Amino acid sequence: MTLSEGPATVPLLSVRGLTKLFGSFAACNAIDLDIAPGEIHALLGENGAGKSTLVKMLFGVLQPSAGQILCQGAPVTIASPGEARHLGIGMVFQHFSLFEALTVAENIALSLDPKISLARISDEAASLSKAYGLPLDPQAHVADLSVGERQRIEIVRALLQNPKLIILDEPTSVLTPQEADRLFETLFKLKAEGRSVLYISHRLEEVRRICDRATVLRHGKVTGACDPSQETPASLARMMVGSDVAEVHRDNAAALGDIRIEVSNLSVPARTPFAVSLKNIAMKVRAGEVLAIAGVAGNGQGELFDALSGEYPVAEDEAIHIRGKAVGRTGINGRRLLGAGFVPEERHGHAAVSAMALSDNLLLARSQSDKKAFLSGGAFSVIRFDAIRSATRRICEAMDVRKSGEDPQAGSLSGGNLQKFIVGRELDRQPSVLVVNQPTWGVDAGAASRIRQALIDLARSGSAVVVISQDLDEIFEVATNIAVISEGSLSKAYPAGTLTLERIGLLMGGIHESHPIPETAHAH
Amino acid sequence: MFEAILLTVITASTPLVLAALGELVTERSGVLNLGVEGMMIMGAACAFVAAQLTGSPYIGILAGILGGGIFSLLFGFLTLTLVANQVATGLALTILGLGLSGQIGEAFVGQPGIKLQPIVFPFLSDIPFFGRVLFRQDLIFYVSIALVVGINWFLFRSRTGLKLRAIGDSHASAHALGINVIRTRYLAVMFGGACAGLAGAQLSLVYTPQWVENMSAGRGWIALALVVFASWRPWRVLAGGYLFGAVGIGQLHAQIVAQNLGIVIPSQFLSALPYAATIVVLIIISHNRRTTLINTPASLGKPFVPDR
Repeated sequence: MTLSEGPATVPLLSVRGLTKLFGSFAACNAIDLDIAPGEIHALLGENGAGKSTLVKMLFGVLQPSAGQILCQGAPVTIASPGEARHLGIGMVFQHFSLFEALTVAENIALSLDPKISLARISDEAASLSKAYGLPLDPQAHVADLSVGERQRIEIVRALLQNPKLIILDEPTSVLTPQEADRLFETLFKLKAEGRSVLYISHRLEEVRRICDRATVLRHGKVTGACDPSQETPASLARMMVGSDVAEVHRDNAAALGDIRIEVSNLSVPARTPFAVSLKNIAMKVRAGEVLAIAGVAGNGQGELFDALSGEYPVAEDEAIHIRGKAVGRTGINGRRLLGAGFVPEERHGHAAVSAMALSDNLLLARSQSDKKAFLSGGAFSVIRFDAIRSATRRICEAMDVRKSGEDPQAGSLSGGNLQKFIVGRELDRQPSVLVVNQPTWGVDAGAASRIRQALIDLARSGSAVVVISQDLDEIFEVATNIAVISEGSLSKAYPAGTLTLERIGLLMGGIHESHPIPETAHAH
Repeated sequence: MFEAILLTVITASTPLVLAALGELVTERSGVLNLGVEGMMIMGAACAFVAAQLTGSPYIGILAGILGGGIFSLLFGFLTLTLVANQVATGLALTILGLGLSGQIGEAFVGQPGIKLQPIVFPFLSDIPFFGRVLFRQDLIFYVSIALVVGINWFLFRSRTGLKLRAIGDSHASAHALGINVIRTRYLAVMFGGACAGLAGAQLSLVYTPQWVENMSAGRGWIALALVVFASWRPWRVLAGGYLFGAVGIGQLHAQIVAQNLGIVIPSQFLSALPYAATIVVLIIISHNRRTTLINTPASLGKPFVPDR
């Protein structure tokens, strides 16, 4: 290992022909990659491009089917995360590998030498987190922390092992713009110390901003390697997607019509200790308007959706009006009968039953609201299979749902195609009110632009649309007005044109005009 | 009189505490083993037979621990290696244990057993009342108290216990950290089996020193309820076990008192009291959802298959 002393010509970590097969499907196909010491290296790619599979192999969570990993020129086998750590590789996962019921210090202790006492770990974690500008209370229970704070635990945990390479998997997807800026500062500090960072993302702007080199993956293969600062977002996107992505078109705002959804004084206590309570929420959505609700995950989006959709009716009937009718205590079917449609967040198990056919999923959602179309025989409720099949066909054509066979199981569709079907299922009714939670989460760029266009078109045809999303690009693409949810409170709605990214970021951190800006926007 | 009642309460509560402690460790690792009743009765049968054959109740205790432990290995193999459904496998284990123990003990039905003698601590046992109650007990009682202290220390002070709790909270994350999920769960399941076996040995060597089929009489199920009741905390298992034992003994005395006074209370009603008490206390406890959720092993009952 004397090579590491020489000039930086020997990569810290190299990958040659790395392949991972799941059955006959190659999640990673003959991947080559070099990470130099002291560089921030981007791994770009869409969902399902094989980024996560690749880094799991680098961290010893998965074993490669073929190919080689070289650490400072020497071939190594990484059989477990423990061995990866031993080689100086640290990892910050996208879906945090944290234990909610344990404290911060206990979580960190789990990945360290068992001989180090918990008290010492607390001290070291506290001083390290201060040194890197990542404030953290070692005694807090993870369940009580915000997503940004949870990410800090992962980073501090990785840093405590003094790694040469830190892998970050989609780190900014859960952060406000300000929190992301603070993370970038930490990364630059690490780079200045001579450590390398492998930065996984599908966000082109931030990759251009902070990364020295980028490797682009598509369908498990490397499709390009470049210096991201020399590329345009469009050229990077082309490498990622393989074709140009359709831009979403929006006309100048049409005149808004009558109020379709009116929420006032909506307060809902938290159902579980890990849930968020809604505090005095008020909003108005008119016909022809898209109201986008921005916010960092876990600030009450799910709870707000449950209240709006009637999945969990609220105590106060007058708190929610749909098309002028008080519906707070009305259930989801009652609200659907008023012409409302709802698309919840999770595709599998919530919006759709994975093991059932598309036509069955259509019927499950609309058996009450479109009783006449899909059921016959009066009280016997006999299913009209011809009607639901033709409706399924109509939806799939309208939303360009790619599927195998005429009426496959929902679970066999890719995420993007299933999401197109689920949104299309509601659009097919021409709802006069539509509430969507995270419409394009984990969906490929092509499907995302198709769904966003459909939401805009629906509003233009005279419906009121509420989009709850964490994706700020999406929000600016579709929104007429933007409101921000933070710790269960909703800001007032601002016209989309009057808001900057920075303003939204401050609102997401819970800062409103009347308050001064403290040093750490999200610390409790 | 009060002292005598207290002694019977201790004897009635010890097997509940032991079996519940074992199940607590199993469940803290994220495995739900509903076979406590079966492992307990296997322990009782093995302990009684071994004591009869060797003449030593201590060899009986050992046999009870081994019987319960080995029997739980069957559950471990089915649910951890073959990834069978934990609820169904646990129920099957109970049914199998009840049948198998009847077979093992068949030749010994009606034989007078060997009672495990108390170990008397000199001086301490001379303390009035407390000394007589607490320091003239059998080995199994002392072990049950030591286990409460030991398991509490293990779970909340030792690093291995931290790993066990981590696995119970999220086995996928624990695996990603390089903790051996399956091996830890095997050990936790076997510890649960050994504790249930020891509880069974207490039944056939201390509580009623003889072999009767189905002599565990639902205590395994009560132990299971106790774990939830105690929100997976060892000291609360101790408190809950004794509360339950006290209600059980109390209802017996209440029956006698009622008879003497000439009041007619259906005996079935009084026998149902401990179970009704469990339900009431469970409702009160689960009212505080935060403590319950922080303590409940989040991956309880979920099968784990490493994705490699």
